[in-house]
Amino acid sequence: MRRIISVLMENESGALSRVVGLFSQRGYNIDTLTVAPTDDESLSRLTLTTTGDARMAEQIVKQLHKLIDTLKVNDLTQGSFVERELMLIKITASNGDSRAEIMRCIEIFRGNIVDVTAATFTLQLLGDSDKLDAFLGAVRHIGSIEVVRSGVLGIARGDKLLRQ
Amino acid sequence: MEKLSGGEIVVSALRDAGIQYVWGYPGGAALHIYDALFRQEVVHHLLVRHEQAAVHAADGFSRATGMVGTALVTSGPGATNAITGIATAYMDSIPLVVISGQVPLHKIGQDAFQETDMIGVSRPIVKHSFLVTRTEDIAAAIAKAYYIASTGRPGPVVVDIPKDITDPSYKVPYAWPGVINMRSYQPAEKGHRGQIKRAVKKLVEARRPIIYSGGGVIIDNASDHLTELVRELNYPITSTLMGLGAFPGTDPLFLGMLGMHGTYEANAAMHEADVILAVGARFDDRVTNELEKFCPEATIIHVDIDPTSVSKNIDAHIPIVGSCSTVLREMLSLVKKSNRDNNCDTSPWWEKINQWRDRYGIYTAPRHAASSGHLIKPQDVIRVLYDVTNGDAFVTSDVGQHQMFAAQYYLFDKPRQWINSGGLGTMGFGLPAAMGVQLAFPEADVACVTGEGSIQMCIQELSTCTQHRLPIKIINLNNSALGMVRQWQDMNYSGRHAESLYENSLPDFVALAEAYGHVGMRVQQINDLGPMMEKCFSLKDRVVFMDIVVDPEEHVYPMQVPGGAMRDLWLNKNEKS
Repeated sequence: MRRIISVLMENESGALSRVVGLFSQRGYNIDTLTVAPTDDESLSRLTLTTTGDARMAEQIVKQLHKLIDTLKVNDLTQGSFVERELMLIKITASNGDSRAEIMRCIEIFRGNIVDVTAATFTLQLLGDSDKLDAFLGAVRHIGSIEVVRSGVLGIARGDKLLRQ
Repeated sequence: MEKLSGGEIVVSALRDAGIQYVWGYPGGAALHIYDALFRQEVVHHLLVRHEQAAVHAADGFSRATGMVGTALVTSGPGATNAITGIATAYMDSIPLVVISGQVPLHKIGQDAFQETDMIGVSRPIVKHSFLVTRTEDIAAAIAKAYYIASTGRPGPVVVDIPKDITDPSYKVPYAWPGVINMRSYQPAEKGHRGQIKRAVKKLVEARRPIIYSGGGVIIDNASDHLTELVRELNYPITSTLMGLGAFPGTDPLFLGMLGMHGTYEANAAMHEADVILAVGARFDDRVTNELEKFCPEATIIHVDIDPTSVSKNIDAHIPIVGSCSTVLREMLSLVKKSNRDNNCDTSPWWEKINQWRDRYGIYTAPRHAASSGHLIKPQDVIRVLYDVTNGDAFVTSDVGQHQMFAAQYYLFDKPRQWINSGGLGTMGFGLPAAMGVQLAFPEADVACVTGEGSIQMCIQELSTCTQHRLPIKIINLNNSALGMVRQWQDMNYSGRHAESLYENSLPDFVALAEAYGHVGMRVQQINDLGPMMEKCFSLKDRVVFMDIVVDPEEHVYPMQVPGGAMRDLWLNKNEKS
């Protein structure tokens, strides 16, 4: 099962390498990883996605929590949550038909065109990972593409806070 | 406020952390620190011959005393040589602080002379680490290192200090941070009360109970609590390799060690138990054998301070995260309050256990032939060692057959008496660890039980023993082979002894010991063993190297059958349980 795990940790040098090291050391895989300082600059917020059964997920949460720099860990997939991923796509399209199709698709998926040349479009799309995958499926046949994805960000729904 | 250089701050911080002894080896990046050490008399430095030994010695010191051990090494090769020692301590949860010199800050990343990314190299084998980048931060980093190393589940902490921030010409005010408070690190202490109640209820209602105790009990100084609880319950207890001595080995309630080379009675009792109280243990693969076949009928109560140890390999029915001492104390008071007269009778269980003991026990029904003439059985060496030292010595060991024989036949009655590398299985640990123990207890008998393979991995430390007058006794079970490797090759590779035999290439250990200024003895006759062992331990102020020629064909039994349940054991070369 896919898991989205949020981690609040000290914004110290080396903290990220301990998280990444933990995953390789224990044989867990990371599908996506995002990290940035929070509103409190002394803290970093990580969101990572991984796949594993309940036992593995429990171990991952416990192992992350065991890192000395970690303040809080939450497996978002245990409750209801909001997830978002940002994707930038560059796609080649020089004839009228393919340019029109791209514009139709980006409208259907409620994305934006952020740059354009005679031969390419650069698009921006926000959503959960499934939606981004679906969009890629819809436009891949049009031209050759370059994709960059931010990795998943997640936050719990409701009043629950992951703060210091 | 007193102004000090970075080097002086390191030494003052060690002093204020209560550190009396530092094991180490100097080198370029650490020289400012060494100069500061030289100019004071509170913190004593002990020079070793290899950085691995510095860490093992600090580790042995810590295991014997319960205090944090300290090692100091230089950058690059000094740091990487320390790695095996750090990994050894990490696997056995031993509190250490290892201070490594680093190249100057502006040279980090330049592939400078003797530069290694120590933080990166050590990352998977430390509890935590610090790269200090300002002179002003040294004291706080060292204070935090000792706090982290010694609290919660203990472990080694590395403090990497670039040379330029220890420069004697740059001085800053020094203050020792008294209390450490870290918002991201608050180890659990007390176990959940409701869980403890549930556990005690299960425990007193058990018909076939067993207590499975591990190294955590020793680390947390919870041996008295454990002993009192077990005696109050009158239940059988077994121990892991790391937990030996937490409960008296000579007590009839003790079934011996469990696991791969555990006794039949301990492994069979685990397999048939209806309730297992695991305390300070982690269901290691050397204990459980095949996980699928592990203790099919048992309700498992698991007490450990580290949540990641709980339900990692075996699901606990009643997990309790807390320190062994606090949880055991609470259990004891609940057990005393419980009305057990109406509860289950464990006498049929004891009857069964005693039958196992009589039939298969290594203490009641010896599994090996007797020594005779030139054929000295290694098991008998441990028995003689036990008798000569009245069961009172500190015993360190290396890794292999001798380690298992020592664990099986030296019945440890006290915690911290048995010092070995259980988790990592580090050959070369025994001699430097013995130095650490002897430093802490100068009057005590300290025996390093080893083999001719292991001892050669840190044999250079015989010179350290001379320099610092550490009169340890080396009991070398010499079978001219890597005995445990050879045993596996006998059992699993049709006796093909690939690279496990020394083929007349061994040194003359007596002459070698003498070359270092010590006493050497060679024992080749069983009749000589007792008197020479007596003589060895009568030489109080000398290092004695006893090279004892033992039966090269001997195997360690019992031994779990791979892929089987706990109780599936080879009892000797021909007989399976």
